[in-house]
Amino acid sequence: MRAPDTNEIMLQVDGIALAFGGVRALRDVTFNIRRGEIRAIIGPNGAGKTSLLNVVNGFYHPNHGAITFKGRTRARMQPFEAARGGIARTFQNVALFKGMSALDNIMAGRTLKVRRGLLWQMLRYGPALAEEREHRHRVEEIIDFLEIEAIRKVPVGRLPYGLQKRVELGRALAMEPDLLLLDEPMAGMNLEEKEDMSRFIIDVNSHYGTTIALIEHDMAVVMDLSDRVAVLDHGIKIADGTPDEVKKSQAVIEAYLGVAH
Amino acid sequence: MLYREAGQFKTTYAEDMAIFPIRQDRIALAILLGIAFIGVPLLATFHVWPFGSDYLLWAILLPFLILALAAIGTNILVGYCGQISLGSGAFMAIGAYSAYKLATGVHIPFAWLGFAISIPPLPVLASILLGGLMAAGVGILFGIPSLRIKGLYLAVATLAAQFFFDWAFLRIPWFTNYAPSGSVNAPALDFFGLVVRTPVERYLLCLLFVTVMTVLAKNLVRSNLGRQWMAIRDMDIAAELIGIRPLYAKLTAFAVSSFIVGVAGALWAFVYLGSWEPLAFSIDRSLQLLFMVIIGGLGSIMGSFVGAAFILIVPIMLNLVPTELGVPLSTQTITHLEFIIFGSLICYLLIKEPHGFARLISIGKEKLRLWPFPY
Amino acid sequence: MVALGQFLEVLIGGLMSGVLYSLVALGFVLIFKASGVFNYAQGAMVLLAGLAMVRTLDLLVANGFPPWAAIVLGIGFAAVIMAATAWLIERFVIGPLVNQDGLTLFMSTIGVTFVIEGAAEMIFGSDVYPLRLFPTDAWFVLDGLFPGGILINKLDVWGALIAGILVAGLAIFFQRTKTGRALRAVADDHLAAHSVGIPINWIWFVVWLVAGLVALVAATVWGTKLGVQFSITFLALKALPVLIIGGLTSIPGAIAGGLIVGAGEKIAEVYLGPSVGGGIEYWFAYVLALAVLLVRPQGLFGERIIERI
Ligand SMILES: Nc1ncnc2c1ncn2[C@@H]1O[C@H](COP(=O)(O)OP(=O)(O)O)[C@@H](O)[C@H]1O
Ligand SMILES: [Mg+2]
Repeated sequence: MRAPDTNEIMLQVDGIALAFGGVRALRDVTFNIRRGEIRAIIGPNGAGKTSLLNVVNGFYHPNHGAITFKGRTRARMQPFEAARGGIARTFQNVALFKGMSALDNIMAGRTLKVRRGLLWQMLRYGPALAEEREHRHRVEEIIDFLEIEAIRKVPVGRLPYGLQKRVELGRALAMEPDLLLLDEPMAGMNLEEKEDMSRFIIDVNSHYGTTIALIEHDMAVVMDLSDRVAVLDHGIKIADGTPDEVKKSQAVIEAYLGVAH
Repeated sequence: MLYREAGQFKTTYAEDMAIFPIRQDRIALAILLGIAFIGVPLLATFHVWPFGSDYLLWAILLPFLILALAAIGTNILVGYCGQISLGSGAFMAIGAYSAYKLATGVHIPFAWLGFAISIPPLPVLASILLGGLMAAGVGILFGIPSLRIKGLYLAVATLAAQFFFDWAFLRIPWFTNYAPSGSVNAPALDFFGLVVRTPVERYLLCLLFVTVMTVLAKNLVRSNLGRQWMAIRDMDIAAELIGIRPLYAKLTAFAVSSFIVGVAGALWAFVYLGSWEPLAFSIDRSLQLLFMVIIGGLGSIMGSFVGAAFILIVPIMLNLVPTELGVPLSTQTITHLEFIIFGSLICYLLIKEPHGFARLISIGKEKLRLWPFPY
Repeated sequence: MVALGQFLEVLIGGLMSGVLYSLVALGFVLIFKASGVFNYAQGAMVLLAGLAMVRTLDLLVANGFPPWAAIVLGIGFAAVIMAATAWLIERFVIGPLVNQDGLTLFMSTIGVTFVIEGAAEMIFGSDVYPLRLFPTDAWFVLDGLFPGGILINKLDVWGALIAGILVAGLAIFFQRTKTGRALRAVADDHLAAHSVGIPINWIWFVVWLVAGLVALVAATVWGTKLGVQFSITFLALKALPVLIIGGLTSIPGAIAGGLIVGAGEKIAEVYLGPSVGGGIEYWFAYVLALAVLLVRPQGLFGERIIERI
């Protein structure tokens, strides 16, 4: 059951430009994400894909352009605002809290949902304890869903890469996000792990109706999972459309074959 | 009795969320608390060995308890939240002097405005706790730079706190109630009519403080706030992107840490030293606390106790053992050896086992659990 | 005129002692740029170098060596000690901690500090050892302009001169020699330096050695001023705030930071000190650094770093 195709635009970025010194990471990129879809972003290394996600959740601040999320337009997002607005994120180079267990990592993802403050937590009594149990319960559901029961108490630094990526997805899911940004969630995985991850992504999208933006290099996966694909090259959006449309685009073929232009 | 969790199935999160999920650990803790609260006071009251004299209480247990408390405070900031602090000594001093001022009455004349703020002397308990709060307030103030600067720069900010307050308590006579020598005396330790005097009473008082505050600290670090601190420590950027506000997480860490350190400072001054000078809270104290935390285990409440015990016992051993062997060392040599031992141990642990003795202990327990089958 | 004369006197004295802060801070910048280590052991290294030098010198003089030979041998011996220290630190502490985060590295240098302080005092003694390498009397200049002239301590002049020469020497070392250039390569990019075949351990050894020699020079001047003693470590620790003020990675920053702190703390002490009971010098540098951090976290000369994820 796919979320209904309302065509409602959840996120719109307009004319985004971002430069680091002389490097122009993004040039006039306009791009949107519809509620409920799986939106892929592809492109060669250094194309600006990660930078685009970073602009969306406020980690980078663009030099030009505007971001409209859930009807509010602004020149830049702030990381905390983005998180509170329901944007969750995984990272290209796993960014887990490596001194904490898998369970604690995912529990940390509940932070925005925690109601009781310092004094209650210090007493850990009554309502505070009840709340802690409730969060634990939600997190255990995620752990079940991702099939990582066996490693919940293991410090994530000691986990193999594939499992770390899974824990990171779990941490993002614990935020119960409306928009989930996944930066190369399958990089460096073997076929079986990729299949697992694809399954999780589809399930998250269909069961919870979570909108997903996905950066991925594996074309088969992209064509399989996504509703629409945007292609970046040298910071410019060179194509945008359904997987089939994009596959046929001349610009894309050239970018991927490295034809000089 | 074998150390096993076999047969102890945890059926609810509540059980799994307990501090010591394994029954044997709980029993061990109960025995320890029994000894600390009942055994030691009894033996000490009747002067039974090893409490024949008050040496063990005065020279070891009392400083151990108070410094372990200060180490917990330091550990919250350094070990849990990853914010380096070279100024714990200053925050002990703030706790101590604030408590002293509150216990002896505060009078701030604003002569040019024609009025004065006067607070009558407060009871000792209130003074100690408010001293802690005062330290928490100053801690927040010095924590503010941590919002803009990363780890290492903070070292300098905390050094600023250390050197500034060293100076302030030495040179501003108001803090010492204009005592000509600069040294001040603690007020009588009167707790609701109960006056604490003897070493045993002092010990019990500190034990009570330490136990309560340890439980509260442990609760915090295993709740959401503790996870926020550790998230900031491990990867602050990612933490912010999942909705942790660095401002809140860091400043609460500074506040809680400084509060605990401040209370420990007040206890150190009131209960242990009795009369003191600013020197009692110099940068040496700050580094000593930092060492306790690194050696005991960064990010471990239990480690803070282990580290404090180790740091206090080494010099005593350096004194005792060579004397027993007939080659007594001079005090200077002992100090130098201490420096070398602690310094090299710090380097060794940072390289080999950053989680300190606490981790070594838990690895030991892990082995014990599997014994005699080593896999 | 009297007031201006006094101000100039304070300012010049401050600037000259500031040059020494710059020098120590420079040793620090080297280490930070090449290995990312925020080195707390700077002060301990000054103490070690000073003790090794003054104790050898005293021993040789007591055994009838001519003073100039004793000085040369004393300095030479201290240099050897600093080389050995650099090697030990690289081999046993910083080397094994490669790729660890800055906090761990920093704490390890606190450990190193304690080992150095303990060992130095155990081997060489822990008293105050007077040192007379430079003249310590004063000049009076410009007495035509200001009544009584401006007092300038000859030692300060010597210190500034030596520090100036050393700074120039270091600059040449960086620009002109192969090792110096390799060092800058490491500073700019560890991996790149590694991949073009620069042995990183060697580089780190050199960096710590240079920092050790810088510490030795500082020890000669401060030792002459105050005697070689433990409290010198606190003086050298001021390199930390100096750096924060100048910007951690900037050599001109280290120099400017040292001058600012040197002049600032003297002026504050003379003009503000009396009204608050004196001793401002004790914390002035740190509180100034704190203020700079709040306004300009990257320091006056440092460049802003954009983080990645
Ligand atoms: N923090 C940064 N500082 C400097 N340059 C950056 C930074 N982040 C990205 N860039 C540059 O921006 C360009 C796009 O990078 P990125 O968005 O990571 O590409 P992609 O994810 O498509 O591989 C690259 O040239 C990269 O070097
Ligand atoms: Mg990328």
